[in-house]
Amino acid sequence: MIPAAFEYHRPADVQAAIRVLQDHGDEARVLAGGHSLIPMMKLRMAELGHLVDLQDIAELKGISVEGATVSIGAMTTQQELIAHEELARVAPILREAALQIADPQVRYMGTVGGNVANGDPGNDMPGLMQCLGATYTLVGPGGTREVAARDFYEAAYMTDREDEEILTRITFTAPTGGYAYEKQKRKIGDYATAAAAVLIAAEGGKVTRASIAMTNLSDVPVHSGAAAEALIGTNCDEEATTAAIAAMLDDIEPTEDNRGPVEFKRHVAGVILARAIQRAWSRA
Amino acid sequence: MNEMTSPTREERAAKLKGLGCSRKRVEDVRFTQGKGNYVDDVKLPGMLHGDFVRSPYAHARVKSINTEAAMAVPGVLAVLTAKDLEPLSLHWMPTLAGDKQMVLADGKVLFQGQEVAFVVAENRYAAADGIAAVEVEYEELPVLTNPFEALQSDVVLREDLDPAAAGAHGPRKHHNHIFLWEEGDEEATNQAIDSAEVVAEEMVYYHRTHPCPLETCGTVASMDKVNGKLTVWGTFQAPHVVRTVASLLSGIEEHNIRVISPDIGGGFGNKVGVYPGYVCAIVASIVTGKPVKWIENRMDNLMATAFARDYWMKGRISATREGKITGLHCHVTADHGAFDACADPTKFPAGFFHICTGSYDIPVAYVGVDGVYTNKAPGGVAYRCSFRVTEAAYFIERMIEVLAIELGMDAAELRRINFIRKDQFPYQSALGWEYDSGDYHTAWDKALKAVGYDDLRKEQAERVEAFKRGETRKLLGIGLTHFTEIVGAGPVKNCDILGMGMFDSCEIRIHPTGSAIARLGTISQGQGHATTFAQILASEIGIPADSITIEEGDTDTAPYGLGTYGSRSTPVAGAATAMAGRKIRAKAQMIAAYLLEVHDDDVEWDVDRFVVKGAPERFKTMAEIAYAAYNQAIPGVEPGLEAVSYYDPPNMTYPFGAYICVMEIDVDTGEHQIRQFYALDDCGTRINPMVIEGQVHGGLTEALAIAMGQEIAYDEIGNVKTGTLMDFFLPTAWETPHYTTDHTETPSPHHPIGAKGVGESPNVGGVPAFSNAVHDAFRAFGLRQSHMPHDHWRIWKTAHDLGLHG
Repeated sequence: MIPAAFEYHRPADVQAAIRVLQDHGDEARVLAGGHSLIPMMKLRMAELGHLVDLQDIAELKGISVEGATVSIGAMTTQQELIAHEELARVAPILREAALQIADPQVRYMGTVGGNVANGDPGNDMPGLMQCLGATYTLVGPGGTREVAARDFYEAAYMTDREDEEILTRITFTAPTGGYAYEKQKRKIGDYATAAAAVLIAAEGGKVTRASIAMTNLSDVPVHSGAAAEALIGTNCDEEATTAAIAAMLDDIEPTEDNRGPVEFKRHVAGVILARAIQRAWSRA
Repeated sequence: MNEMTSPTREERAAKLKGLGCSRKRVEDVRFTQGKGNYVDDVKLPGMLHGDFVRSPYAHARVKSINTEAAMAVPGVLAVLTAKDLEPLSLHWMPTLAGDKQMVLADGKVLFQGQEVAFVVAENRYAAADGIAAVEVEYEELPVLTNPFEALQSDVVLREDLDPAAAGAHGPRKHHNHIFLWEEGDEEATNQAIDSAEVVAEEMVYYHRTHPCPLETCGTVASMDKVNGKLTVWGTFQAPHVVRTVASLLSGIEEHNIRVISPDIGGGFGNKVGVYPGYVCAIVASIVTGKPVKWIENRMDNLMATAFARDYWMKGRISATREGKITGLHCHVTADHGAFDACADPTKFPAGFFHICTGSYDIPVAYVGVDGVYTNKAPGGVAYRCSFRVTEAAYFIERMIEVLAIELGMDAAELRRINFIRKDQFPYQSALGWEYDSGDYHTAWDKALKAVGYDDLRKEQAERVEAFKRGETRKLLGIGLTHFTEIVGAGPVKNCDILGMGMFDSCEIRIHPTGSAIARLGTISQGQGHATTFAQILASEIGIPADSITIEEGDTDTAPYGLGTYGSRSTPVAGAATAMAGRKIRAKAQMIAAYLLEVHDDDVEWDVDRFVVKGAPERFKTMAEIAYAAYNQAIPGVEPGLEAVSYYDPPNMTYPFGAYICVMEIDVDTGEHQIRQFYALDDCGTRINPMVIEGQVHGGLTEALAIAMGQEIAYDEIGNVKTGTLMDFFLPTAWETPHYTTDHTETPSPHHPIGAKGVGESPNVGGVPAFSNAVHDAFRAFGLRQSHMPHDHWRIWKTAHDLGLHG
């Protein structure tokens, strides 16, 4: 569990970090909380010559809430998400989800930017950001661009981010209505067997808007527009929920692992989504 | 004397903090401050670091090993392969089970993670780079991970063995067969079962798991070429055995070897055996003349060091229609992996598995165990249990449940009518054991009453009805277990390890000012020996436990002993401690009588002093006697106050307990929740109730892990699927339920203080209690048997197969 030798960089601003990436191409990687990258390096499954530690870059930190617009710096830790009262008020689903990530020790180190940028299908934040319709800000040698979370993920560990770009910020509009993040895991510290992020807005006892995203049930997070559509105009009764589950099951492609075979995961995905819908509806 | 200032007998006894006192653990002062001294804390000048190139394949021929590039890595000093060890005859080593095992791959590898080459470097980083640079050419061979298939396969795993020759435990019937070990009367057993009114049959599988101590295995070997002395620090549960084995293997005289077990961060059987890392570090130190450290990482530990269990137990149990058991037949297919490296007393290749008649009066029984080679890691250690006793307890406690189903009977009642009665002790079991003592009915009734058993059954029946009406998706399971342990190996006449008799020892020195040091042949790995052995002694010799230092683990200072595992420390070394204390007291009596100017027989022991019979105001305290022992010329008595005792126990001890687990099960997700866990333990005389409670909590948590998710799983080509703590379940506080502990106290009649050992009971009894709860939840829907670990998907599959998902 000893990584191969590497050069350690600790730039003070984003531009300096990008210069290191430009100098070394795919030999370099940025380091946020390190919970995915460091183990991979220790296992020598990731061997890189240059590690670019982002922790000294002040512009990557901080949470701001201006009206309905929420903006979160990439180096914000899960613990900072949980502790931020204003964020919990306008978007409580973030606190609910972050509290289900590992344990306090991990949450004090792990960052929201690392969680969304790494492209690990087991991470919770990508699905949540898809559910929220968040936008990622990417800064590279050519300037700044924005990508929707729903367009960002291509395959496991493959994203729209270029090698010389850094994901710096996550922005979304605070949702209204009910919410739920439901996750089944084998134990603390485990990835989800299945997880569901659900947002529901209602008027006059009927769903007016809904958003649903699933985690660790494909090689990318799955935003299921069809599942959300199935709830619109309903009161989230059994029939509507069953329809949403059926639509969601068409969109996921789980694979067998130590958590269980495909048949089990598909069943659990349905149960977890039903529970998330129920809880979100009760809060809508 | 003024009565107001003279302490009462009770006050004097309380001051000793002896037997029965919940004395705080003296070890925890350093552990809670991060001041423990573990093997990895040993840092010596000029120390080198060694680590292994390990096989990625489960079965392959090693065509070539090229070390050139590795030797070119800066800081790498040597790369050892089997060829380098062969001239020393150290490329193979004997196992504790009478087999032999490769130290480094000799022509082939037999399991994933097997040690292939040992890289020695100036630091851990250079060693890791060196490992990455060693080029090994493999030719893959067919892999056998299933013991039943292994016994049919043409593939020969152990080409080093003559297929026609007998093994260490008798004839081998196939080239992948290790031994058949039998106990009991098979013919009479078959007869009893074949003619019985009711028979239940079941295959009970106890899956492969791993002790996974928080501290992995490791060593620092230091050969001093000036004085010819080899010092070895290591994670050894039996330091003296390591010294003797090291001497026999290396040819270094035993007085020139010093083995030190410093603080050990958990053993649970994982640190009993001898591993290639120890041998390679010693050889590397001899070759380089410098200290060499080897420390495993977590993946190495899970993949390559000793596993536990992996027993396929086929059982048949018979009874009358009223439920009186008439016979028990068990055949085990035991997956031992690539080498037979089980850590059992040498004459017992299946350990004490034949305790599998459990707490029940079964007139006739038979056990046969077939040991089998497969392409898995070697081991087969007693993971927080006496040798194969957890397997035995799981087997009988599952068979009882299956029989209860067959009889249509309540499982608590079935147990009650078959318990060995109190008046039957000492009890001769059908498989040859003499149970020393027990009172099972009392414990059982207390347990059932404590949990409100009858009400629980009513609630369960109502739940089943509510489930059938579609009002709930959760089932309620009530897991019952009454276990009997067999610990304290053991009588030298039948228990030895490689010929070394399994006695243990204690040596006491009383200092002139009335404090003391005692050294033992055991070694604590977290059990709290420094706390509890001082308490035994305090009650025996009247010196406060706080004034007694307990020392273990250094073979240059401690008396010879066989170490700590199988709950043997209190039954054996604890007995030696009491006996040595009594020798001290016998000499102290003579000194006291001399000082009081009376005959030896005219003084009597009173808590912390000898008093003149009939004149209690005339006395000498132990402190006064100690001072006199060193400083006063006493005719006919040697100066000093010391004693040593080597204790060979006349029998094992038989702790027992009644555990009940109440569990909620979500049939849709397979998740579970422990609503209540009640654990009643009877470990005979209780030395330190707080330490006992801690032991029970720890053991139950390991049992929870094993029953509900922990396993070493392999894929079909022998890859370890659970090689990290992401997949290998180690419970945190979050997953750990609340436990209610309770006790009865039935002292061992043959142990000097009546103590029996407790550290392993909760693992032995806990696993069937958790597992039975899962099974019991589904009993109303027709479940007889399902395999552990009961993780989410296996529970879900049980529900699914029973048609509970609609």
